[in-house]
Amino acid sequence: MKKTGAQILCESLIKEGVEVIFGILGGAVLPIYDTFPQYPQLRHILVRHEQGAAHAADGYARATHKAGVCIATSGPGATNLVTGIACAYMDSAPMVAITGQVPRSVIGKDAFQETDITGITIPITKHNYLVTDVAELAKTVKEAFYIAQTGRPGPVLIDIPRDVQQETTEFIYPDKVDLPGYKIISRGHPAQIKKAAKLINEAEQPVIIAGRGVIISQAYDELRELAEEAQIPVVHTLLGISSFPGNHILNLGMLGMHGTGSANMAVQNADLIIAIGMRFDDRATGNTKYFAPNARVIHIDIDPAEIGKNVLTEVPVVGDIKSVLTAMNSQIERREHVAWLSQIEQWSYEYPSQEIREGEELLPQYIVQQIYDATQGDALVVTGVGQNQMWAARYFTYIKPNSLISAGGLGPMGFELPAAMGVKVGCPEEVVWCIAGDGGFQMTIQELATITQERIAVKIAIMNNGYLGMVRQWQELFYGRRYVDTKLWNPDFVKIAEAYDIPGVRVKRREEVIPAIQKAMEYPGAFLIDFLIEPEENVYPIVPPGESLARFLELSKPEVRGGKL
Amino acid sequence: MINTKHTLVALVEDKPGVLNRIASLFRRRGFNIQSLAVGGSEHPGLSRMTIVVGGDSAQVEQVRKQLEKLINVVKVSDITEEDIVTRELALIKVKATAQTRSEIMQIVDIFRANIVDVSPSSLTIEVTGDEDKVNSLIGLLREFGVKEIARTGRIALTRGGGS
Ligand SMILES: Cc1ncc(C[n+]2csc(CCOP(=O)(O)OP(=O)(O)O)c2C)c(N)n1
Ligand SMILES: [Mg+2]
Repeated sequence: MKKTGAQILCESLIKEGVEVIFGILGGAVLPIYDTFPQYPQLRHILVRHEQGAAHAADGYARATHKAGVCIATSGPGATNLVTGIACAYMDSAPMVAITGQVPRSVIGKDAFQETDITGITIPITKHNYLVTDVAELAKTVKEAFYIAQTGRPGPVLIDIPRDVQQETTEFIYPDKVDLPGYKIISRGHPAQIKKAAKLINEAEQPVIIAGRGVIISQAYDELRELAEEAQIPVVHTLLGISSFPGNHILNLGMLGMHGTGSANMAVQNADLIIAIGMRFDDRATGNTKYFAPNARVIHIDIDPAEIGKNVLTEVPVVGDIKSVLTAMNSQIERREHVAWLSQIEQWSYEYPSQEIREGEELLPQYIVQQIYDATQGDALVVTGVGQNQMWAARYFTYIKPNSLISAGGLGPMGFELPAAMGVKVGCPEEVVWCIAGDGGFQMTIQELATITQERIAVKIAIMNNGYLGMVRQWQELFYGRRYVDTKLWNPDFVKIAEAYDIPGVRVKRREEVIPAIQKAMEYPGAFLIDFLIEPEENVYPIVPPGESLARFLELSKPEVRGGKL
Repeated sequence: MINTKHTLVALVEDKPGVLNRIASLFRRRGFNIQSLAVGGSEHPGLSRMTIVVGGDSAQVEQVRKQLEKLINVVKVSDITEEDIVTRELALIKVKATAQTRSEIMQIVDIFRANIVDVSPSSLTIEVTGDEDKVNSLIGLLREFGVKEIARTGRIALTRGGGS
């Protein structure tokens, strides 16, 4: 029996194990939506802005390791997805974005709501397709999911003209893909692995830098085995948080611009860097000219193009991290590294980056720590972008693997709420906390309606400092305290929540923090807490842009350290 | 770091938009394409592209690996250091009068080039060879007045039986 393109799309999605689709309809996807009722196993979540659909699909993907799916109409629907697609691309999250396109006969004629979305998304997708023949559709969906979810994951976009959705053909879902130009190197080269193991065995001051690749590969146990066997301290990138237990004695915390003093000092003084599934982003390395000056570098990554891109590597190992570490760990010798670890302990006393000031003030660090205490780490935390993101990253102890969902590469404000939605939909059994900025929250605030309509029980904590806080901090520290356009007039967020049928409370003092968190946790549905935090609280330490990681500003010593690079 | 010309040879799928993806990648990564020639290959459905880019080896290696990541790109090699045959074809329209015509034809002969079109005021010359040969012919013809030049850009294959 022949099926329409729309039916073929739905059945292909089902074959790929898709359960949830985030989207908004419009003229160019009407045939697809019209067939949704035939496939009740596909849950469609109607968002309020396509950016929300893309971030939700991204959050879903990061939390579940399965491709998130979003759908939008042609033209403005498709362009509204762009930020979310770019975000997934930068952070290697698997996503399949489906867009409607104007009918084939008018493509290229500047038809109503025609945009060249495949052209627009070339640099922000792993691959994209314009389907011009319904006979190609099933194969295209198969390839899209395969490409999105394998190797280094990423977003794939499928643009489907409206008339292709209506055209009919036999539905045959291929069981294999034929992609001669798509190669995945999953097993590391044995000779490279051997060289890497030798360097590790010989190192006196080694440091592991764990990135999101460890989480994507789910190589938590293998990483832990390596660290413990050879007693190697672990630092992680923002996206590598929760790849290694936050309460482990070998965990030094995050490195980089807002990294802990001991993490950055360890990296700068290391004789060997073992970079695992990370890409030497400038936020992590500081000025690469001064990065880890005495270290030899082992770089393990599935993407060959990451090797040598930003930092010279002595021993590259291209492959899937789980497979590489499994092969490598058997060649690792037991080590103690007593002197090195005690030097690092010294630094952690010298630079107590995690300390929280005593007193009356309502400090964001304290709030995040209380959310940790209340959940005992048994929660998934989704952050916005800016100061709230850094506090959430630094003051929650991430014990559970893959428990921090944060947009590191693109850093789009407004990620927090829709991504939290996607995370909760993907993991309904988990407690999901959305740590939001008051600025970012207002960029996708409309998704409160989606949350209510679809009963998505996320707990929202707004770090309300009345500022575009991270930018204000830069103005304070690097622009002579000239606060140009960073002050925010904010609406009453509790009333806003109420208007969306979501209960909430406002918290102004420290002693109200724990009861408010308790209330949020006890309430069965979505809940909002508006924390009126210390307005000019800064994130410390901070490595000023262009500096080496060893030159950070601290709260207690608010000037650049003069120490050796 | 030595900045030199590199010759990349890519086998790419013969599909719409592939050239756009490749051009987009070069632009985004800040690479200047000095010449690009594309045409059919020995494999049905695949085209062979010869791309000449400037840059140091590490930069070119980075762009090669980024190209390899494109799904429609099957294989990319930097053959600069290999033993290769390179050729370019050029068409050169040069002013010719009764006085200069025979002198031009002598030069054309020396270069084993061909005259492919003749008009009362011009000759159009076809030449193939490596860039040096094409450049020197153009250099010699300049004194007669070159009206138009069309060059294909470099195409290249490695020498010998392997592939
Ligand atoms: C879409 C977008 N626009 C602008 C920026 C630049 N930016 C980075 S952090 C920041 C401030 C964010 O303010 P808020 O959401 O209140 O978070 P805070 O830093 O105060 O915690 C801005 C404007 C961005 N990252 N994303
Ligand atoms: Mg703020």
